Amino acid sequence: MTATRDRNVTGTPFTRGLGVVTLAGIALLVVLGLFVSPADVTQGESVRIMYAHVPGAWLAYLAFVVTGISSAAYLWKRTRSLTWDRIAGASAEVGVLFMGISLVTGSLWGRITWGTFWTWDARLTTTAFLFVTYVGYLAVRGLGGSHHQRARRSAVLALLAVLEIPLVHFSVRLWNTLHQEASVAGRGTDVTMDGLMLFSLFLGVFVFTLMYVWLVLHRQRALALQDMLDDTGLDAALAARRAEAVA
Amino acid sequence: MDDLGFILGSYVVTFGSILLYVVSVVRRSRRAGRDIPHEQRPWT
Repeated sequence: MTATRDRNVTGTPFTRGLGVVTLAGIALLVVLGLFVSPADVTQGESVRIMYAHVPGAWLAYLAFVVTGISSAAYLWKRTRSLTWDRIAGASAEVGVLFMGISLVTGSLWGRITWGTFWTWDARLTTTAFLFVTYVGYLAVRGLGGSHHQRARRSAVLALLAVLEIPLVHFSVRLWNTLHQEASVAGRGTDVTMDGLMLFSLFLGVFVFTLMYVWLVLHRQRALALQDMLDDTGLDAALAARRAEAVA
Repeated sequence: MDDLGFILGSYVVTFGSILLYVVSVVRRSRRAGRDIPHEQRPWT
């Protein structure tokens, strides 16, 4: 087998271009979020955390929904392919990362606005539960068995886990919580946000989405390589056993 | 700015953890890709 020493194992011209655009977007977001966008009338400078916190939460939702859709695509016989399973796994991993970011940045923001890092508020508690669920999902993916066994059991779990997302999203309406309702896309919201603040927020969501696509493409390709390696190892072990039997 | 530490901390946590994850993804893919020839990678 030819050993390849190239550094860009999972990259393509598309992902390289996407990476450059994403990096430029991150730089612009940091400048706008930290220095250019104005302070909020009630929250003051702490509103700058919003440009990292809200896109992080959005990305986690998106990632978990993609995990659910990919898992359904795997379970459906017509579209069954391990590629769907790997997209589901990669997306869940990225979603856990962004959910963790959202929890930590929300905690820092809460310390400023509520005076505490954590409270067992409905939104915070359901979000933490969602986070732990997907950490469990990743743990289940790591259990033994064939690729298809892994794909089947994790797909079923993903379809159950995705049902938690509406609970998290609507928790601020279902219960009295410290966490505010959606400011931009909520029920009957009257957006009175400054134009530059709104632009920075949407830029954050856009840039984080690009970053998500980049990360999932690379991660699912890395998972594909790992699966190929596992198959190669299995083939080699079987060949060795056959050789032993013949001898 | 009283809350500067929290604000900067949130950006450091966000982009620092993303950077660490990117490094781990790249390292894992390089490790896995060492023994897989180019022609077996469907995206190349």
